[in-house]
Amino acid sequence: MNIQIIAFFVLGLLAVATGILLVTRRNPVSAAVSLIMHFFALAGLYLTLQAQFIAAVQILVYAGAIMVLVVFVIMLLNLGKEDALKERFNPRTALAIALSSALALEVLLAFLSTPTGFNEIAPSAEKIGSPAEIGNVLFSGYIFPFEAISLLLLAAVLGTIILAKRKIED
Amino acid sequence: MNLTSISLEFYLALSAIIFVIGAAGVITRRNAIIIFMCIEMMLNAVNLTLVAFSAYLGDSAGQMFVFFVMAVAAAEAAVGLAIVLALFRSRQTVYVDEVNLMKW
Repeated sequence: MNIQIIAFFVLGLLAVATGILLVTRRNPVSAAVSLIMHFFALAGLYLTLQAQFIAAVQILVYAGAIMVLVVFVIMLLNLGKEDALKERFNPRTALAIALSSALALEVLLAFLSTPTGFNEIAPSAEKIGSPAEIGNVLFSGYIFPFEAISLLLLAAVLGTIILAKRKIED
Repeated sequence: MNLTSISLEFYLALSAIIFVIGAAGVITRRNAIIIFMCIEMMLNAVNLTLVAFSAYLGDSAGQMFVFFVMAVAAAEAAVGLAIVLALFRSRQTVYVDEVNLMKW
């Protein structure tokens, strides 16, 4: 048993458990906290795959920026616990369980029906995940998508300001 | 099965499970913010698949894709939460089943 296997199972269990907590918690704040733990578990999983830069960005962008935004909106709207649906057995939950187990079956079949034959991480993975190599590839082969993303972020900033500001009294 | 190293299938199965949990959350929950968080979780499950393929194939394209998915997710988070705020301001609710103006 090497460290990658132990880390994979511990972090994978943590990721699944916090994911289930996110879906089942009534209180939005505790759902948000479990999602933050989920993001940290995923950052650890990225580290077991030698993707150091992606792991760091995961914590900065997801666990940092996005979750601060989510928690801020929850506090701003002053949300309480979500009240349960009226019926004891509601058709939506049954439908959700049926649909998601069908989806799980389908995805797992697609992934696992034929062995991929990749049993170990490629030796070059450690180099690929480093910030220097990411920067190299990003600013040579992916320069156009990188510039396009800046345009997308600008549009998102403008859209957010238009949506979130109060109506100007005329 | 020898457990000296972990194969790609374990990462694929884990990300499939996380994706399905997120999808179930999107269907069952009423709170728009929690639906939004479940979508973030589904995006992350796909990111895990991309990083796993990138590491096992020794190709950096997967990590580039993850980088761009994260940028799009950040933009989506800002716009989505602004929509939730605007919705709450006009309807005083964030429960998606109470927002049925366009339902017939």
